[in-house]
Amino acid sequence: MIARRILLAGTAATLFALPALAAGDVGQLEKQPVNLSAIGMFIAFVVMTLGITYWAASRTRSTSDFYTAGGGITGFQNGLAIAGDYMSAATLLGLSSLVFAKGYDGFVYTISFFVGWPIILFLLAERLRNLGHFTFADIASYRLDQGKIRTFAAIGSLTVVCFYLIVQMVGAGQLIKLLFGLDYNVAVIVVGVLMVVYVTFGGMIATTWVQIIKAVLLLGGGILLAFLALSRFGFSLEAIARSAIASHKDGVKIMGPGTLLADPVSAVSLSLGLLFGTAALPHIMMRFFTVPNAREARKSVFYASGFIGFFFLIVCVLGMAAITIVGTDPQFFEGGKLIGGGNMPVMHLAKALGGDLFLGFLSAVAFATILAVVSGLALAGASAIAHDLYARVIRKGEATEREEMRVSKIASLVLGVLAVVLGIAFEKQNVAFLVGLTFGVAASVNFPVLILSMYWKGLTTRGALAGGIAGLISAVTLVILSNAVWVVVLNNPAPIFPYEQPALFSMTLAFIVTIIVSKLDSSALARAEREAFEDQFVRSQTGIGAAAAAKH
Amino acid sequence: MHSPANTPVYERVRRNPKFHELVRQRSRLALILSAVVLAGYYAFMMVVAFAPGLLHKPLSDDSSLSVGFPIGAAIIILSWLLTGVYSHFANGRFQDLTDEITRETLQ
Repeated sequence: MIARRILLAGTAATLFALPALAAGDVGQLEKQPVNLSAIGMFIAFVVMTLGITYWAASRTRSTSDFYTAGGGITGFQNGLAIAGDYMSAATLLGLSSLVFAKGYDGFVYTISFFVGWPIILFLLAERLRNLGHFTFADIASYRLDQGKIRTFAAIGSLTVVCFYLIVQMVGAGQLIKLLFGLDYNVAVIVVGVLMVVYVTFGGMIATTWVQIIKAVLLLGGGILLAFLALSRFGFSLEAIARSAIASHKDGVKIMGPGTLLADPVSAVSLSLGLLFGTAALPHIMMRFFTVPNAREARKSVFYASGFIGFFFLIVCVLGMAAITIVGTDPQFFEGGKLIGGGNMPVMHLAKALGGDLFLGFLSAVAFATILAVVSGLALAGASAIAHDLYARVIRKGEATEREEMRVSKIASLVLGVLAVVLGIAFEKQNVAFLVGLTFGVAASVNFPVLILSMYWKGLTTRGALAGGIAGLISAVTLVILSNAVWVVVLNNPAPIFPYEQPALFSMTLAFIVTIIVSKLDSSALARAEREAFEDQFVRSQTGIGAAAAAKH
Repeated sequence: MHSPANTPVYERVRRNPKFHELVRQRSRLALILSAVVLAGYYAFMMVVAFAPGLLHKPLSDDSSLSVGFPIGAAIIILSWLLTGVYSHFANGRFQDLTDEITRETLQ
């Protein structure tokens, strides 16, 4: 009985953190005692990655090395790196805690996080690789107005990067306070400094390897933890389920869908945001330019989705096992609440099964995860500033490689400082709304122009701009009117917009506006843009012309 | 980077019947696979929203696991296998065709 009451409180805490799942927000947390084994293992990770950065620095000479590792990453390596970009601290902590609290509903979330990957491969990966050089703006502005569309696409990327950076920085600070027992500010500054060092010195080569190492550590840690958990139940999923039903306050209800996604509009809007938002995250798209050709790009998505799917299934097993192992163990509760908040079940599970040493390892991996993700974000932001805004728009392609490299390094430094300042400024804020904004803006601003420029001949500059602005305004407005801002931040009694994700509405609006304005556009420029589609189409299908383009 | 409209190289590709065959076949494969994944996923989500009871059913009479778990796992595993199917064809037959077209065009 005691265990059941304890679980009830844990559930409330998890639900509160629920909209933040997609990133790393773990809420306001109590600082814990200093954890030396975790700090030691994290330092080992940092030393190793700095070594890699030193090695990568000697190989980062051209802009192509800097933005895309010179296209020299194999499909398998890139698959691990993509998986690393997607398996954030939030998927490990957030999804497992959701399964811990809500059972099957958490599993449904997990599935929604996954299904975007096959779609990215079928519809996007190939064309992305064949058309792009360094950034997604390359593709969006391929046959449209360079100045306007590239500027707009770069701003779209930077917006997404900045929102996501804040979420990750705040998540890092809170997590480190809890896991390492260090100050919030210390954690934010450490993340900021390391991120700038990796990106400015090692560029994409270092960023990719940091991501690969982290992905391997995370997968390895997850597998080991799942093995230990399964061994408690005689390696029987049936036994885990039986025991979970007995331990959870909702009993047998956790074996099927509950109330979390009972509303189909929420479910569809959330899944659209996750599906197409993921596809249009600049640091994910950038990964398709790091491989030498479309063949490797396809392979990398195949490997990436294999790793991600496998990891997600493991995470669900961990959540189910934690219902019994963590949920019925009083040492993990204080005053009826899960110590450290609702996102901690998997960390407690590590302590219960592998002791302090394993907890330290998993904490170090969680920190490394945040570090790797922010480095990818910083690099994506730096390329939008240096490649799109500086080299292409301001200097109109006249900048030398040296100048562009210098600007990209200054840009990553500025982004690092900005991330630290914003991370500290947002310490006391609930940043859940930024997650909604990140995915909402990516799905409503970046995604429509990306997909239409590749698939629809009729797209024109005017249409793309009008649709992008409509998507931006509607996504931001709906998030402000939703629970995460209207109620949580602005303290109103009830949200005006009842759903968590704006994508169903803002993305649809962006598509409609883009198509109508493009159709009505009868300018000479629009005609030329439509005519240019035929050549773009050939290149997007065959890659002819792509190899040469990647050299500049 | 604004490529001049109707560059001769691309015009030659367009005149190659193999190019149209490549586009037709590969697009069809991509569309079918996308439709399978999306239809499967949204059908699942509709059951979650409108008929959750179906997923609550136990696997067998004395089982604690519900049918929802293998179904959910199957969605993840099958959609991953479909990425394998796509990569197999796109990196095999379609890539050979693309290479042929490239060779014939750049000759």
